[in-house]
Amino acid sequence: MQALSKLITQATSEISAVTDLAALDAVRVTYLGKRGKLTARLKTLGQLPAEERSTAGQEINKAKKDVQECLNERRAALENTALEAKLAADLVDVSLPGRGQSIGGRHPVSRTQSRIERIFTNAGFGVRSGPEIEDDFHNFTALNIPENHPARAMHDTFYFPGGNLLRTHTSPVQIRSIVEEGVPIQIIAPGRVYRNDSDQTHTPMFHQVEGLVIDENISFANLKATLHQFVEAFFERKVELRFRPSYFPFTEPSAEVDVRWGEGKWLEILGCGMVHPNVLESAGIDPEKYTGYAFGIGIERLAMLRYDVPDLRTFFENDLRFLRQFR
Amino acid sequence: MKIAESWLREWVSPDLDTETLGHQLTMLGHEVDGIEFDGDGIADIVIAEVVSVSKHPDADKLSLCKVDDGSGELIDVVCGAPNVVQGMKAPFARPGVKLPSGLKLRKAKIRGVASYGMLCSAVEIGLGNESDGIVSLPLDAKVGSALIEFLNLPDAIFDLDLTPNRGDCFSVLGIARDISALTGTDLKDSSVIAVAATIEDIQPVELVEPAGCPRFAGRVVRGIDTTARSPVWITEQLRRSGLRAISPVVDITNFVMLELGQPLHAYDFSLLQGPIRPRMAKAGENVTLLDEKIVELNDHTMVVTDDSGPIGIAGIMGGLTTAVTDNTTDVFFEAAFWPQDVMAGRARTYGMHTDASMRFERGVDPAGQVRAIERATELLIEVAGGAAGPLCDESVAEFMPTRSDITLRRDRLNRLLGVTIDDAEVEKILSGLTMAVVAISDGWTVSPPSHRFDIAIEADLIEEVARIHGYDSIPETTSFSQVPLQTVTESKVDLEQVATTLIARDYQEVVTYSFINADAHRVFTGIDSELVLSNPISLEMSVMRASLWPGMVAAAASNNARQQDRIRLFEISKSFHGKVAEHTEVVRIAGLVTGPSQPEQWGATSEAVDFFDIKADVEAILTLACSDDEISFHAAEHQALQLGQSAEVIRGEVVIGIIGKLHPRIAKTYDLKRAMYLFEFDAEKTLATTAPIATSISKFPAIRRDISVIVDDGVSVDELLAAVTASSPTLIQSVRIFDIYKGAGIEAGRKSIAIGLILQETSRTLTDDDADEVMDAALKNLHDQFKGELRD
Repeated sequence: MQALSKLITQATSEISAVTDLAALDAVRVTYLGKRGKLTARLKTLGQLPAEERSTAGQEINKAKKDVQECLNERRAALENTALEAKLAADLVDVSLPGRGQSIGGRHPVSRTQSRIERIFTNAGFGVRSGPEIEDDFHNFTALNIPENHPARAMHDTFYFPGGNLLRTHTSPVQIRSIVEEGVPIQIIAPGRVYRNDSDQTHTPMFHQVEGLVIDENISFANLKATLHQFVEAFFERKVELRFRPSYFPFTEPSAEVDVRWGEGKWLEILGCGMVHPNVLESAGIDPEKYTGYAFGIGIERLAMLRYDVPDLRTFFENDLRFLRQFR
Repeated sequence: MKIAESWLREWVSPDLDTETLGHQLTMLGHEVDGIEFDGDGIADIVIAEVVSVSKHPDADKLSLCKVDDGSGELIDVVCGAPNVVQGMKAPFARPGVKLPSGLKLRKAKIRGVASYGMLCSAVEIGLGNESDGIVSLPLDAKVGSALIEFLNLPDAIFDLDLTPNRGDCFSVLGIARDISALTGTDLKDSSVIAVAATIEDIQPVELVEPAGCPRFAGRVVRGIDTTARSPVWITEQLRRSGLRAISPVVDITNFVMLELGQPLHAYDFSLLQGPIRPRMAKAGENVTLLDEKIVELNDHTMVVTDDSGPIGIAGIMGGLTTAVTDNTTDVFFEAAFWPQDVMAGRARTYGMHTDASMRFERGVDPAGQVRAIERATELLIEVAGGAAGPLCDESVAEFMPTRSDITLRRDRLNRLLGVTIDDAEVEKILSGLTMAVVAISDGWTVSPPSHRFDIAIEADLIEEVARIHGYDSIPETTSFSQVPLQTVTESKVDLEQVATTLIARDYQEVVTYSFINADAHRVFTGIDSELVLSNPISLEMSVMRASLWPGMVAAAASNNARQQDRIRLFEISKSFHGKVAEHTEVVRIAGLVTGPSQPEQWGATSEAVDFFDIKADVEAILTLACSDDEISFHAAEHQALQLGQSAEVIRGEVVIGIIGKLHPRIAKTYDLKRAMYLFEFDAEKTLATTAPIATSISKFPAIRRDISVIVDDGVSVDELLAAVTASSPTLIQSVRIFDIYKGAGIEAGRKSIAIGLILQETSRTLTDDDADEVMDAALKNLHDQFKGELRD
């Protein structure tokens, strides 16, 4: 019978020589299986004298444990190697594109409108809307533009039989909102507006954002501050603005606002002014107590500047090759 | 309005360069659209005389000219202008001279004949936008001298975009007044010296309708020289203002209008019959106008009449029968005051727009008629001789506009502008604008001058103060008003969220026009629109859309035509319904899909989009606001959709939208190559929602049971699932379809549907017996309601 130590040496050397898991298992069976060499030693314990049995048993069990540990270690090493080999074969070309649906995009006009809304709602403005098919009263008369007023000719209005019309500006929402909610009020009203004009710089439909603030002590200086802050918030940089006297029947004083652009050129971006007392009165507000300002911003105009779109008409051609740039 | 710097400076000449002057005009509210520099780059152009003209031997349209340019010898020039004649004087460019266009002249052979220079048209020397041949200069122009000296060039021409409230600024005088007020530079005296009458001829004027014509000034001038020509200083200013020289009489009426803002008309005195009576036209009366158009009048148009009837439309255009001609020797000038409300919109009703109507509609100075007549008389006698009759100045005082004083409160001024302006400055500004200003305790009493009819209330004065003080000088002050916090509602889903959802599913937003073609409206809705524009831009945009589909399908079709194969669009905007007076506007969410369901990619086969692809997109939106059990899809007929592939989407009892496949017949008219699926929802009905209410989650495991049942083809999955759920509503957590099979093993007209049920209790673990009971109940329901049989 071999010495136990020799058996262990033999086992560990066989274990380390093994290169695959099946062979390793065969080695395990050879030493630790039911008929394994170490198992067999245990079975011979009964032949030993009683006083030796305990010591010999302990030795054999320790030998079994040592061999088992050695087996475990080897198994882990072999498994690891096998995994490494499997993974090495399982590589993908990471430069291949991902699969599935791609992503759409917002129209640049809505994208711009949405930004404008967020800038103003962050400052506590409410967002209102009004009908696009308007009556003469809300679009003109209540805004201090009586019948035959020369300003009407500038509006190129689309009419329906009977005198209703497509709103030429978002200003009617001013009147509707004041009448509905009263004052103080601080709102914007974005939406579609219509003018019967179609050429390189005009489309018969476009978008405006109306703004209206009325309270007891609202001044032209406040108007200037709000619009300057707005323009800088919109363009995300310092912008030089110019307020230039102009004329709108529903504001007095009135101004048009230009931004200095590119190589110093002034570009008109919006119209504004202090709400005309007649407008306040027609909405049932005491112009002695309340003052306010209003403004109208052309959304396409801002989108053109922001995204460097040279031709207004592009917005309504809905060419996907153009629109996909605004994802 | 175009106005030359040289003319403006005759009236007011502040120490500012052209550009600064332009800037000041803009900052006064008279926006400078552009500045043209006339006479730049033509310093070397000289005046030449065409000494002889003969035909080019080889070209019908060319002439051979001998030209005297003052150099001492005659120069051969080949000229292509049709108007070249012997004896005329014209601008001439010698070889070596550079034209404003950058072209440098060279000696040239034109069709075999040498040419040493060019006779120039207005376009070639930058003095006009259109050319009808070479410029014909007055015969007194000195040969050999520089053209720019003769024409008093260079000059800058401001193109002003005047606002409609400032009728007083449609003249050199008006603009000069504002510049004077801003800069403090003195204005030339605008009063005119009365021309003394040397003859007694008068033209009687009777103000029979003073409300329509409260003032009418005029004068007879007889015996003018019909050979006289307007001098260059008149024709040049007319040209710079965009008007053509015609004859001294007409040129002078135009010149005075441009200078003083009062439109004038000149009649041939010998053709007037009886007294002039301005009155309201009778409906149906006719008048033949200067441009030879015959106009049928309506009964709210003022006309000038004599015994022959209407001889002109008041303030718009004179008539042909009494017009001055080249042979007119006796003239009657008219300078009338037609009030704004009498003129408003009138020209437009006749499709006309004249220099006179534009001014009267915006308002002319009611005190300016006599001044204009005197100025015109003075100029006419200077240019063409003749003798003046006595001034005629008829007016009816009670119909003349009256002005009342306006109170300007210091407090109000400062409060509205948000800046304190010194009393002295306020007074200086207002008096600079020729207003009479009297200080009172809390401000001023102000009387505006007759030409400032736009100044009626305190706010108007505040604007004037702000305008001259300078908008730039008003500070920017942030207002801090206490705005109550606003709610962020959970009672409806934001449209932004809908857009985000669709974008995540590869939809591109479009913005299409709200008005569409009437036929498209009918095709997509089955009815004729009741919202038809009276004045559409074109037939393609003539009725208001009742659906977003027509515009979107058209957009898809044009993208299709541009080689875009896979198209997925959405739009969120309004549709319009009903009759104008009681119309409704509904915000809609609409989508369109055509082409492959997924972008072309590796590892996946390309499949054309079908009903269920778009239904999943619709369900994604519905999930934002609706719970599963309130939504059902019902097969429905729709005008624009293919039967059998279209459904109404019902929420509770209400139809909230429609989904389906575009009818191939319609697709064909748009030249669409592939099947197109569409959806459209009423945003308000779709997006109303409530905040979620949480229920407790079971701690016990769920059991899944699958069954396959065979039912008739006609049974909808919706009904089937409802029947299953109804069998044990508390235990069945969810039901899903995982397969549908037709074919071998299933009799024709029937289908096998595989259903998976998830069962769960919140208080205990379910047993197999529990599950068997649930399945039995479900099968019983299916059997009772649909003759459903369990498939083996």
